[in-house]
Amino acid sequence: MAMPVRAMSTLAWRNLWRNYRRTLIMLLAITVGVWAMIFMTALLRGMVDNMVRTGISALPGHVQIHATAYRDDPSVTHSMPPPSKPLLDLLNDRQVLAWTGRIKVPAMISSEQDSRGVTLLGIDPRGEVALGFDSADIIEGRFLDGVDDRGIVIGKKLVQRLETRLGKRVVVMSQDPDNTIADRGFRVVGVFEADLESREESIVYAGREVIQSMLGVGTDISEIAILGHDYREPEALAASVRNIVPADQEVLSWLKLDPYLSTMMQVMDGFVLVWMVVIFLALSFGLVNTLMMAVFERVREIGLMRALGMRPSAIIYQVLVESLMLLVLGLLAGNILAIGTIVWLKDGIDVSAVSEGLEMMGASSIMYPVLQYPDLLLANSVVIVLGIITSLLPAWRAAQYRPVEALSST
Amino acid sequence: MSAIICTDLCKYYQQGDAVIKGLDHVSLEIEEGSFICLSGPSGSGKTTLLNAIGGLDSLDSGEISIDGERVDLLGKAALADLRLHSIGFVFQAYNLIPVLSARENVEFVMQVQGISAAERKQRSSKILKEVGLEGMEDRRPAQLSGGQQQRVAVARAIVSQPKLVLADEPTANLDSKSMESLMAQFRALNHSHKVTFLIATHDQRVMEWADRRISMEDGRVISDELQQAVR
Repeated sequence: MAMPVRAMSTLAWRNLWRNYRRTLIMLLAITVGVWAMIFMTALLRGMVDNMVRTGISALPGHVQIHATAYRDDPSVTHSMPPPSKPLLDLLNDRQVLAWTGRIKVPAMISSEQDSRGVTLLGIDPRGEVALGFDSADIIEGRFLDGVDDRGIVIGKKLVQRLETRLGKRVVVMSQDPDNTIADRGFRVVGVFEADLESREESIVYAGREVIQSMLGVGTDISEIAILGHDYREPEALAASVRNIVPADQEVLSWLKLDPYLSTMMQVMDGFVLVWMVVIFLALSFGLVNTLMMAVFERVREIGLMRALGMRPSAIIYQVLVESLMLLVLGLLAGNILAIGTIVWLKDGIDVSAVSEGLEMMGASSIMYPVLQYPDLLLANSVVIVLGIITSLLPAWRAAQYRPVEALSST
Repeated sequence: MSAIICTDLCKYYQQGDAVIKGLDHVSLEIEEGSFICLSGPSGSGKTTLLNAIGGLDSLDSGEISIDGERVDLLGKAALADLRLHSIGFVFQAYNLIPVLSARENVEFVMQVQGISAAERKQRSSKILKEVGLEGMEDRRPAQLSGGQQQRVAVARAIVSQPKLVLADEPTANLDSKSMESLMAQFRALNHSHKVTFLIATHDQRVMEWADRRISMEDGRVISDELQQAVR
């Protein structure tokens, strides 16, 4: 016989509101739980997203090409020639958003007061901006004008460390391919600010041709950084590039270049699921208790329905539908509340009070919640699937009552 | 042809060290279209017998057949189907579903049976009018008096025209007028549709309506007599 779906659903809905106070409390619990699942996941996603983006902008790019030995010994001796014609064709293809070639070597920068070890970047400023350098980060002076700009741009923190300032001269020393000291004086033409203080302290920008000349490497470069469309899927782009470059060059995505960040992204997916299940487990006690109470209060009615000809499966169905209605209402409210909170906080949450701790993890002091639809789907699925599974116990109990005993209960 | 055949029914309950005999070797044959009263003091086994015939309670031994089908051998789902399609119950405590209106309570069994909404409405309106509840169709049980609730329960039991109605003290909470009205409806249905009625009662006035009177005591049938119904 077919399940009397409509009759059971009507009963389930009305039973839900028999004890409206209990139902409202449970609804509130589900709503807060779902809100916590979605909103906190969005915050965590936002934090990891921020860490990854910050990490990538420090590289920067989604894919990089180096001479094979460069990563073990990032000196000028492991340079490579500028891109070949086939590579240029690919780099100017639609799958590449932007690219740039740069010199990147360890160096020593000195002012009159102090010296610091830094990473010297000889860059094409237009390429860097295209890749993600924000000119708004220049808080004093200007960014470099071109590859032949003779000035240097250093970070705010480094300015403090070197006790120098805009317009002052600094000396940069590195090694040329013959391992002899190559040095040059630069005037500080710009000071930049970064999300991470460590970046302000460790990176300096100079014109690429000026550095190539200083190091005596002709037109050679240390790396080519490439920006694709989706930082989460860099491997396809890396594979395309890998097919073109010569064997003495290696092509790596940021996932390989920064295993800390890529591992964090993977761990995050597992963590989100665990987080949601843990919240649901807390919720499930309330849900089971609510349904158990609802069943215990209606033992006589359940006996009556059995006596009138309801199969045990129909009783199970009715309790499950009641649970489903409760869950769906809670999900609806929780989703609206969570999405509303995320939209409301779209400009970010200032957590500068704990920014030093966050910086150790590579995150900035502003947290932006990032809502990903798979997370939304996961949260809703976890609540529905585990909710129904949890409700099976009270539903099964209800179906096990013997009509004659249930009818005689008070 | 016998509608119900009960053979050597036994049902015992353990109460401390004592064994209570709910049914003690009860055998009965009930013809289709009978109108029977079960009488006897409390604890004589009337309700146990009704519950056993309706498949609400299990037996320790014995056989029950309804229209040739062994009720005592049926599983839970098959018993549910039998009750849904063939048996109407009227309980002493009205046992209405409190969240449903009078009409919805009456229509509930038909809804589970899969009868169309239009037919349900037509049948429920007719039966509620017959039991004197016209105009009260949308009231919930809490808004009805005891007698009115019992009439809703009766309407629910007979609206889908079952072959057998099992009524356990159906008039216990009714005044004389309501009792007369209820028994008249039972009798009318019995005559018009050959519905078999098995009514457990203490009430002498109810017994006068029956064609056959079975008396029970300590789980046994002590007398089984045909009588001329006075009503």
